[in-house]
Amino acid sequence: MKQNKLRTLLAALMMLLALPLLTSHEARAEYGDVVLNNYAEAAGMRPAVFPHWFHRVRFRCKVCHADLGFKMQAGANEINMAKIIEGQYCGACHNGEVAWSIENCDLCHSGKPGTPTQVHGNTVQNLLGGAKPAATPAPAAAQAATTDKAKK
Amino acid sequence: MKKRIAIAVFLLLTTINATQAAEIAQPAAPTANSFNRLMKPKLQKNPSAAEDGIHDPANPGTSLLQSPAEGLAGLVESKQGNYVDWVKSLEAGKVAPRADRLDPNAQPIVFDMNIVREVKGSMPNVVYPHKQHTEWLDCSNCHPDIFIPQKGANQINMASILLGQKCGVCHGKVAFPVTATTCRLCHSQPKGGSTTASTTP
Repeated sequence: MKQNKLRTLLAALMMLLALPLLTSHEARAEYGDVVLNNYAEAAGMRPAVFPHWFHRVRFRCKVCHADLGFKMQAGANEINMAKIIEGQYCGACHNGEVAWSIENCDLCHSGKPGTPTQVHGNTVQNLLGGAKPAATPAPAAAQAATTDKAKK
Repeated sequence: MKKRIAIAVFLLLTTINATQAAEIAQPAAPTANSFNRLMKPKLQKNPSAAEDGIHDPANPGTSLLQSPAEGLAGLVESKQGNYVDWVKSLEAGKVAPRADRLDPNAQPIVFDMNIVREVKGSMPNVVYPHKQHTEWLDCSNCHPDIFIPQKGANQINMASILLGQKCGVCHGKVAFPVTATTCRLCHSQPKGGSTTASTTP
């Protein structure tokens, strides 16, 4: 009886000690990396990840955000593969001419399953918590900001 | 006897855990001054896609992606965001981003006008340089949706910026974030007297 108690106590202690090792992994992706998971996972694909840093080395903001009409709001553009194939949004360049074509599915659809739509490392996320990788609910504050902007 | 063994195991595990924690926090050999006074986490800047926490390492394409450390090498450094000063990198010609999707020789329409916003609090006034912004952006990116192009028509405060409105549409997401080290990048004109920055409508 006493031994059993001791064993459970030991097991509990060991689990407690192992906890920081299990939970220490957190996202520290590049500032401005956008995860897009409006439709991807529901359609059986990994979320798409858009690296701002890579693209802004090559293009000024206005090329996408003015000329191609990308709204400055993660997930607000409602991009799907049909639009991309038609040459809209990402498809304006990812057509095998300006940049590699869409058959390279897993270069974009490379996100961790369960990662919600977000701009990684954004101030709202940092201040108010909210969207973390592998957590389903989107940040309430970011959504509030979104809807507020969408109204305009 | 069993109790003693249990205690011994417990102590051993505690020390292992403690040393591991210490290794994570303090990789260098400890010296008299190595205590982390600012409680800053170990800086792991520009990790590769497989290690960044949002890419799936199990995805075959992840390993093909260029690592930020490689892609951003040689750019002018900063202390936040991508650890790159994008404005200075552009000015110094370290990056040559196209202003058009197809035409590599297209030039952006750069508009050189500073806007000085006199702030109510004790912080220095804000100088907004159109020049650095129009190097990257088109007028229509900000006007009229985010900022009404009229003096005094825009109510801006730090709370709304931090919540992703006004300047915060970009600053805090892709442009340099609002941190304790970046206040004076915008709040750059001392109040009263000094007119180093040009004042315009």
